[in-house]
Amino acid sequence: MYNSGKIIAGLVVFLAFFAFPFYYNLGKANARPEPKLNTPVIQQLAEKKCVESRDFMRSEHMQLLNDWRDSVVRDGNRIYVNAEGKKHTISLQNTCMNCHSNKKEFCDSCHNYMAVKPYCWSCHIQPKEDKS
Amino acid sequence: MSINRRQFLKIAGASTVLGLGGASVVNSLKRGGLEASQMSPDPKGLVAKRWGFVVDVSKLESEEDYKRCADACHNIHNVPVFKNDKLHEVKWIWKEPFENTFPGTEHEYMSHEFKEKNFLVFCNHCAKPACVKVCPTKATFKRKDGIVMQDMHRCIGCRFCMAACPFGARSFNYLDPRGKDTDGTPLIKVENKTFPTRMIGVVEKCTACYERLSIGQQPACAEVSNGAIVFGDLEDPNSEVRKIIATKYTIRRKPELGTQPSIYYVIGGSEHA
Repeated sequence: MYNSGKIIAGLVVFLAFFAFPFYYNLGKANARPEPKLNTPVIQQLAEKKCVESRDFMRSEHMQLLNDWRDSVVRDGNRIYVNAEGKKHTISLQNTCMNCHSNKKEFCDSCHNYMAVKPYCWSCHIQPKEDKS
Repeated sequence: MSINRRQFLKIAGASTVLGLGGASVVNSLKRGGLEASQMSPDPKGLVAKRWGFVVDVSKLESEEDYKRCADACHNIHNVPVFKNDKLHEVKWIWKEPFENTFPGTEHEYMSHEFKEKNFLVFCNHCAKPACVKVCPTKATFKRKDGIVMQDMHRCIGCRFCMAACPFGARSFNYLDPRGKDTDGTPLIKVENKTFPTRMIGVVEKCTACYERLSIGQQPACAEVSNGAIVFGDLEDPNSEVRKIIATKYTIRRKPELGTQPSIYYVIGGSEHA
């Protein structure tokens, strides 16, 4: 093999560079996001329940919000009947964020962790929070 | 074991059908019950076959009357106010002189008072809206109750609708509506927390207060107009708008274009009219 020294050295340098993120983060605990639910409104609820079950909201909230959006804007339907038959007003600003007034500790904690950037807040007004 | 061609095709066909059916069953279970039937309109909401307005210009006397209607609308809907920068202005409802409201109908013998008179104009919610036809993303569409609605989530800001609308009822957000005016003051002075703003690069216009109708309230401009703006169902012969149209002479803006506007103007005038 010609130039084996250069090639192997080059490969080692390349691998070291390429694998940098892996060994840089090796052994560091990656704390999972803990969205906080302790807003004043939620604490006063008799039954601490979102519009659907916790598991459903965790996995499907994005789909639910999309369906809600289309339902209100395109069909004018503003009442959502959940799996238990309870009625909720469909509104991001007035229903969701009324309870989840802690956007930074609730929405952002997971969205930042997952590096997703929903564009809700370029139009919808987010609740006022202390700068932290 | 051997099978002939006929048997093979039978098995293949049956397993395809089973496979397709199986997939749809699994998918519908996985979706977890988000059905359209779970959403319904608010029973308090106002309903109509075709919403329309009657604007009685004789009841708009002072500058204050125009301002009250426009401010009510613009404050509720977080419409940015450009005090100095008229090029980037966003407006849902505004006043327009006679020659711009009803172009081609002005003439030399018209009374001075009439020529100088301002008219309150906003989206006509046309029965055959030109803006809806040209929208490439269906962001603007006609609702079943006649309102020409704007879905800000879908608007890509191409401004075809602005070119199509013969009434100039649409405004483009050239600048961030949450930004500041040239003199440093915020464009939206007091945010209405219950209604969204818009973002840079979308087109906006009057939506006939669809959000107020859905909870049983009249449009904001009609509510504060002291009877100058009447809102109602044009298809209902007993509605207030139809009664006014039946008893008074009304005109619409640019009817020759065939968009069939849903705003009827009572021109009024003196007892000789």
